[in-house]
Amino acid sequence: MNNITATQTARRPLSDIDLRAVAPFVALAALLVFGALINPNFLGLDNLTNVATRSAFIAIIAVGATFVISAGGLDLSVGSMAAFVAGTMILFLNSGAVSGDTGMIAAAMLMALATGALCGLANGLITTLGRIEPFIVTLGTMGIFRALTIYLAEGGSIAIKSQELRAAYRPIYFGDVLGVPIPVIVILAVGIIGAFIFYRTRFGRHVTAVGSNEDVARYSGISVNRVRTLTYVIQGLCVAIAVLVYVPRLGAATPTTGLLWELQAITAVVIGGTALRGGVGRIWGTICGALILEVVGNIMVLSDLVSEYLIGAVQGAIIIIAMLIQRSLGRR
Amino acid sequence: MSEVYPLSTAEPPAAKILLEATGISKSFGPVEVLKDVGLQLKAGEVHAIIGENGAGKSTLMKILSGHLAPSKGALKVNGEKIVFTGPVDAEKHGIVLVHQEILLAPDLTVAQNIYLGRELRKGLVLDERAMADGAHRAVLDLGADIDPGVVVNRLSIAQRQLVQIARALLVPHRIVIFDEPTASLTPVETEALLKVIAAIRKKNAAVLYISHRLPEVKTIADRVTVLRDGQLVGTYAGADLEPVDMARLMVGRDVSKLYPDRAEAKTGGTVLEVEDMAVPGFVKNAGFSLKRGEILGFAGLVGAGRTELLEGILGLRPAHGTVRLKGKPVHFRNVKQSMDAGIVYLSEDRKGKGLLLGQNLKTNLTLAGLDRFTRGMLIDAKAETQALDKAVRDFDIRTRNRDLLAGQLSGGNQQKLLLAKMMLLGPEIVVIDEPTRGIDIGTKEQIYKFINGLAAEGKAVIVISSEMPELIGICDRIIVMRNGEVAGEVSGEHMTEAEIVVLATGAKFLAA
Repeated sequence: MNNITATQTARRPLSDIDLRAVAPFVALAALLVFGALINPNFLGLDNLTNVATRSAFIAIIAVGATFVISAGGLDLSVGSMAAFVAGTMILFLNSGAVSGDTGMIAAAMLMALATGALCGLANGLITTLGRIEPFIVTLGTMGIFRALTIYLAEGGSIAIKSQELRAAYRPIYFGDVLGVPIPVIVILAVGIIGAFIFYRTRFGRHVTAVGSNEDVARYSGISVNRVRTLTYVIQGLCVAIAVLVYVPRLGAATPTTGLLWELQAITAVVIGGTALRGGVGRIWGTICGALILEVVGNIMVLSDLVSEYLIGAVQGAIIIIAMLIQRSLGRR
Repeated sequence: MSEVYPLSTAEPPAAKILLEATGISKSFGPVEVLKDVGLQLKAGEVHAIIGENGAGKSTLMKILSGHLAPSKGALKVNGEKIVFTGPVDAEKHGIVLVHQEILLAPDLTVAQNIYLGRELRKGLVLDERAMADGAHRAVLDLGADIDPGVVVNRLSIAQRQLVQIARALLVPHRIVIFDEPTASLTPVETEALLKVIAAIRKKNAAVLYISHRLPEVKTIADRVTVLRDGQLVGTYAGADLEPVDMARLMVGRDVSKLYPDRAEAKTGGTVLEVEDMAVPGFVKNAGFSLKRGEILGFAGLVGAGRTELLEGILGLRPAHGTVRLKGKPVHFRNVKQSMDAGIVYLSEDRKGKGLLLGQNLKTNLTLAGLDRFTRGMLIDAKAETQALDKAVRDFDIRTRNRDLLAGQLSGGNQQKLLLAKMMLLGPEIVVIDEPTRGIDIGTKEQIYKFINGLAAEGKAVIVISSEMPELIGICDRIIVMRNGEVAGEVSGEHMTEAEIVVLATGAKFLAA
């Protein structure tokens, strides 16, 4: 990911660099150095690609969360939504509605994307038309999606029944192209598309405007509700894309699928430099944030400095430290 | 209006000097915003500080009230040299500042805000009764009857300002600094405030008064200190200065012609007709018409429904009634539709509804007209930069750096940026709400010229303003609203402050 920092900043003179935008990448680089000092195996290609692959779910979901949060919203339902989308996708795979493994998988993927988009649409419409705080709305749908998944699984888990299908779908998580794991390619693709929409299109500009000041956006002729709703749809699509990569990993959806993903996604967004109050969004920062979370976990596993049972505590400390750093850089 | 203000005494009593500042300089980084400024404040005087935006008035006030430390120079209170450690320290010496911005907790009541941080207690519990009574007395002293139990966010801006003043005056004070207190007050409220100031003076305290409203300064100030570009121009006896002289001293050149010549209005056909317009809760049964090339003013007290009427017509608020645009009936359900139809609205609330203060100039400039800068899905960044260059030139937006955030511009430059933003849409009808609120006189002149130019180009302009001289100076016709209804219309010789006030208040107290 370091080369991305380089290309982002190379165009501008050095003095113009916004430290807050660069900080997450510096932090990631420092962690990599730290990891290498602690355990020489850390910088091995195998370990690093592993870490990047494992960060895929959170990174992809967090790109969607960057849109929602930049527009001044919040989505707590992403973890349960992931479980729900995974569960319904596997049920569809098991239905045998389409003949041929490839056709079946393609149809299930489309269906998962549609389900994710609809879940996001529901969050968006309830928030905007119902004029309810997004915290409350998505707290509600978080419970709903989770319960629906457990209901569909009848309390257990939903697994892909056909071994051929499993085998055919497996490479989407475990495969690679020219040595680059497919989940990492998906992260990059989602990042590129996300950054394109966010920084280069009118919609992206409107997202920032709505998050900066809803009234100014409205008085400028922007449909605030439409923009907000669309950010939730994007979030739903990102959740679905993460599920597409998640399902072949275990071949199953369980009641613990996606548990606490919402917290990790929000953490990644905040570490990445996006303002929780809206108005400032950083897509690559978010992806970097997701990597930081995974690298910290990895370092804790590879070293015996701190018990790995404390990963949650360390990640919690990181979000607080990240905020303190952002604050002090902002006050410059 | 001038006859209703209390008259100033020509000379302050040969009183003792409460506060003396000598050789005050202040730098922010390499930028020196104050250079060697000196000031004496005597007991029992109202001392006005005037200057254009950016002249250093607010910085000087912040230094005198302990919010900022000077880079150079000394302060003496009662002849003793003193260095303030902060605003609380200054308050201990009896110096209170009434801020320009409203700094109240919106969800607390009037009484809770007035006593915030200095709550009265009976033993361990709050003495609600005493605080409610004290708060009520404090606002009554300001000539306003505001229920102390009401939550602040239900008050008008003007009422909030009065609460803020009441809060400041609760501190035992010998020097009160007012930073543009009347910027959002109506004439009646301003009059009440000026009476309060006269009362403070009578108690032998001193008042430092910053205002852009020069006629007001003329009526209230015993002495006037003029700043320009961070330097002292001089201190003068109020009686010796006419508003026109003050303006000349502030700007450094002659500005006796603030309002442009209104060439014999070459108005064309009617572009907008409004009948039976109702905005629930604010406006009922309002109607007017607007011609091409015309500047139509809307006068009235705060709360008369002027802003709400226009917002209702333009789809910013739920409203119903008949609106005809060039003869065709229209109903705008949102502001996008009225923009597409060629009508733009510049809100009176520049910071809250006009500009994204935390975003850069370019983003703000193109926000409403972003369609014009997109090719396919992509925003054309180069075209945006060119548009900013052009806007900076055309509207004389003064900024040392194009990468600044909109919130870092002065009020006048923010208004120019907002104008530029809306003009990008190429409108035929322009509605400007309080075009010069909080803006210095040099910029005012520019904005009037600009509005005049719009009309000369054949656009139709509506100006909503609480400043009557402004409306009279630039408009062809003025519609006066009262309590949500159109109270009347004045034009030609009848465009006088007296006639407008009679219509706006419905009372004849001025005739007496």
